[in-house]
Amino acid sequence: MATGRLPTVAAPRNGLVRALFSGVGRAALDMWRQFNGWMVALGGLALFGFSTLSWLFTRLPRRETLIPNFYQIGVLSLPVVALTGTFIGMVLAVQSYAQFRVLSLETRLGAVINMSLVRELGPVLAATMLAGRVGSAMAAELGTMKVTEQIDALASMGANPIHYLVVPRFLSCLFLIPTLTIMADFMGVAGGWFYSVVILHIDSHHYWDHSQRFVSLFDLFSGVFKSLFFGAAISVISCHRGFHCDPGAEGVGRAATNSFVASFVVILIIDLMLGILLDAFYFYLWPEGPRII
Amino acid sequence: MVKTRKPSPLPETGEPLIAARDVSVVFDGNAVLRNIDLEIPRGQTLAIIGESGCGKTVFLKTLIGLVRPTSGEVIFDGRDLTKLNDKQLTEQRLRFGYVFQMAALFDSLTIAQNIAFPLRQNDGVNAREIDDIVRDRLLEVGLTESVLGKKPAELSGGMRKRVGLARALAMNPEVVLYDEPTTGLDPIMSDVINELILRTRKRTGVTGIVVTHDMHSARKVADRVVMFYPLARLERGEPQIIFDGTPEELDNHPDPRVTQFVRGEAGERLQELGERRG
Repeated sequence: MATGRLPTVAAPRNGLVRALFSGVGRAALDMWRQFNGWMVALGGLALFGFSTLSWLFTRLPRRETLIPNFYQIGVLSLPVVALTGTFIGMVLAVQSYAQFRVLSLETRLGAVINMSLVRELGPVLAATMLAGRVGSAMAAELGTMKVTEQIDALASMGANPIHYLVVPRFLSCLFLIPTLTIMADFMGVAGGWFYSVVILHIDSHHYWDHSQRFVSLFDLFSGVFKSLFFGAAISVISCHRGFHCDPGAEGVGRAATNSFVASFVVILIIDLMLGILLDAFYFYLWPEGPRII
Repeated sequence: MVKTRKPSPLPETGEPLIAARDVSVVFDGNAVLRNIDLEIPRGQTLAIIGESGCGKTVFLKTLIGLVRPTSGEVIFDGRDLTKLNDKQLTEQRLRFGYVFQMAALFDSLTIAQNIAFPLRQNDGVNAREIDDIVRDRLLEVGLTESVLGKKPAELSGGMRKRVGLARALAMNPEVVLYDEPTTGLDPIMSDVINELILRTRKRTGVTGIVVTHDMHSARKVADRVVMFYPLARLERGEPQIIFDGTPEELDNHPDPRVTQFVRGEAGERLQELGERRG
């Protein structure tokens, strides 16, 4: 009788173990597939980037394709970047003032605001605005061109779509993001000064004196240097998303959203990596670097 | 000196101008074309018919290298397009004109700039010659110069298709590929497009491949018709081209799938619809 009872007891256990293993196996397989998908996408993006770069050394785009992109990406982005910069400068003053007043270090506010702006916030915010305003628009425009077969039409008429569509956008982002960054820095510095000196009545002389002592040309350079990588990443990611857009209005919308999200994540990753590198470089050159406090 | 090509000679016999040899195309594991063998002689106008999703447009794009076949060869004028590098493929593409289904005009450019686009890619053509060619092609498709400065969004569907045709003809191609040229147009405008296809052939002797499911159009413009069938509905090993003959042979073909399509009868599809609804 006992032998007859054994299977009835063991069967659910075996079933549970099997279900557990099969669940784990399926989850592992899904993860592997997802990882594989990411690797393929990353490889595709890298090839797309290399193809764009290779055109820079073979044939540059014509002036008539470059100028409209310079205008769209540079001139039309100026107001929004300037406005963002101004407000960030003022917000920094508002946030830092309370903390620094406790330590009676209000006059050092200039150093903190301006250092944060030129090293981090100016470049990152200018890049974020560019990714939002220009990157999404590029992905949506190229996505619509793909869906309506305009990219195929270009290729069928002997034009290389990467040379004709991507390279001008890449060059425009690369050349104009430093100027947008400098604009964001400048407006942020002005906004920070306005709130600190005019509203909070911090002594103007000490405000600028501390700024001058702690913010160096290297800080300005590091911000602008980082922005070049941001601009390149935004253009390549957005154009790649547009070129690989799914059909239909939903696909175009998803390409625009994905391009912004991916660009923003990559901007933050580049910012961290270049921040570490540039800091190491700075302290290598000037081991006794300035300290704000 | 204008580098655009002179009109091709009238039909010749012998080597086909275009040949698809054992062409298969698979997208993400889904087979769209399977072992297609098709030869198109110079000067012929071939209509490719078949229901939506049977791979007609994919085949058309394979012929010009916009889609790389998963296997097989596409021979154009003796060269295998699948083995050419990008530069060589671009040179060969300039011998084709492609009329896209929705015209695929560039939204940001004017009509004049759209028609001039392939000419501007060709460094040997100066601005004055480009202007002349643009006006000539526009008149050929029955449009007036008043549309030259307009953007594609300002034109009707039929006018956009005609501009698409004008652009495809700008470089005096040897082959014109038409992707559903009459889809979405009213019967009169469809007939205008059919007439333009016929006139273009008569004037230049160009080889034409017309993808369509408009039987009136296929009968009118083509001197040969092939019918593709969706792979999902075929038995293993069955050829994907289920008809290859003249338009006249379509009506009394023994294969019911052909006659059903030609007459526009749903047939067993209605039963399938009923089964799906339970």
